Amino acid sequence: MEIDPFIFRFSIFILAIFVGYYVVWSVTPSLHTPLMSVTNAISSVIIVGAIIAALAGSTENIFEISSIFGFLAIVLAAVNIFGGFLVTQRMLQMYKKKKKNK
Amino acid sequence: MISANLSAIFYLVSGILFILALRGLSSPETSRQGNLFGILGMIIAITVTFLTVGNFSTSTIYVFIFLLIGGAIGAFIAFKIPMTAMPELVAGFHSLVGLAAVFVAISAFKNPEAFNLGVPGDIKLASLIEMSIGAAVGAITFSGSIIAFLKLRGIMSGSPITFTGQHIVNLLIGISIFLLIYFLCSSQSESFFWSMIAISFLIGVLLIIPIGGADMPVVISMLNSYSGWAAAGIGFTLENTALIITGALVGSSGAILSYIMCKGMNRSFFSVILGGFGGDSSVSKDKKKDQKPVKSGNAEDAAFLLKNASSVIIVPGYGMAVAQAQHALREMVDTLKKNDIKVSYAVHPVAGRMPGHMNVLLAEANVPYDEVFELDDINNDFANTDVAFVIGANDVTNPVAKTDPQSPIFGMPVLDVEKCKSVLFVKRSLSPGYAGVDNELFYRENTMMLFADAKKMTEDIVKNI
Repeated sequence: MEIDPFIFRFSIFILAIFVGYYVVWSVTPSLHTPLMSVTNAISSVIIVGAIIAALAGSTENIFEISSIFGFLAIVLAAVNIFGGFLVTQRMLQMYKKKKKNK
Repeated sequence: MISANLSAIFYLVSGILFILALRGLSSPETSRQGNLFGILGMIIAITVTFLTVGNFSTSTIYVFIFLLIGGAIGAFIAFKIPMTAMPELVAGFHSLVGLAAVFVAISAFKNPEAFNLGVPGDIKLASLIEMSIGAAVGAITFSGSIIAFLKLRGIMSGSPITFTGQHIVNLLIGISIFLLIYFLCSSQSESFFWSMIAISFLIGVLLIIPIGGADMPVVISMLNSYSGWAAAGIGFTLENTALIITGALVGSSGAILSYIMCKGMNRSFFSVILGGFGGDSSVSKDKKKDQKPVKSGNAEDAAFLLKNASSVIIVPGYGMAVAQAQHALREMVDTLKKNDIKVSYAVHPVAGRMPGHMNVLLAEANVPYDEVFELDDINNDFANTDVAFVIGANDVTNPVAKTDPQSPIFGMPVLDVEKCKSVLFVKRSLSPGYAGVDNELFYRENTMMLFADAKKMTEDIVKNI
């Protein structure tokens, strides 16, 4: 008997939830806002689906309905990727320790 | 063109890099490196996708153009946005993830061959279910986040919007989504797909409108979680490990944050979601008819008290964010420190409009993060402190939460501000806080109210010290 590949993906999914659970509990509360913005950025990895959709159209007519939605999704996800990572970086730059030489 | 197996390995690598990105946030020192891991993971995922599709036609150029357009908009926003606008920015970003998930699901539905899911009209059952879930959750995330964004931005009133039978309506709509998915799977008919998406947009709006402004920390975290589950749903459709791992991470991260926020308010998740709390509809019970005496003071009195203290704890709240008083506050603290006064900050988990809101604002004003303490770490120190300076916070300091079982906020963990020798309370009026509960602290012997705009008052105090 063969195992459905879905089960493998489902296993990855469940294990990743556990990893997420332990990793997120170890995030210090003062960094909860950057946590939200960075999770925002990484969930935009959905762009891979958008790229596949956009490139799938035939060469003559790239503006089929499925490619159009792909292109739109690329724009949305790209806003999030650049915006999310950069704003996180901007926030994290601000967290400074007490200056010792005082 | 690289093989499917090789690309699967690379997607796994980028999933792991995303885990490391979150891991980095366990301390501010490692966080910046963590963010770089996240960026690297994203670059790998995108590059591998291009190589896997391997069809470098004219479409590729368009993909790059759209990528750059989106990227430029994103970068522009990221550099321009003021830190006080962070809650609405995050809500806005969530809406984009949600909408992107919907769009990808639509593309997959219209052109399943591109994703190896079958042909139009005969899409594999499992894929159809997965993309429906991804699209529905994505649509709810989108419209819900838009409402949250409008409320946070002040375009829409923060008070809850309720109507009779609301929960029944929501329940019926929720059930109809499942029915539509069922019909979609049995008939493969396009009209069911579109109606399911439309109804999901509607339920997203209905879910968020009854939730009031100060419950926004829970809402934002919850939408964060939803955007993750939407991504995971799409990940299953596309059979993409990076997307599945990321969706699971983001989903559980948002869920944990919602839990922490609910605990900070001592409310159950369901009571927040069902909404209607706070704002005009909540009856502020036992309105104190007899006006109790309140001691109020001006900047000079406050400066005098602060100057003669040896230790001060600052308690910031949403009011500080509204008045943008964080820089003035830092200036005041610097002056106090020059006079050898020990100053620390106490941050309640639900202070502000999103998790960690106060910490970001204080960091922006160059407050070192090791002077900022969480509720549990600092609560015992109030008893040995001379002055508590409450700026823009209210409910989170109300002693009623510990003493009056009748109060709506009873049991909520609060900062023991009243144990300080004296309390300075910067507030514009005596109005009750968000929960509609009168703050007993206002009428205490050792409390001095400073009725003014938080920023102006803080600046005046600096002048007087």
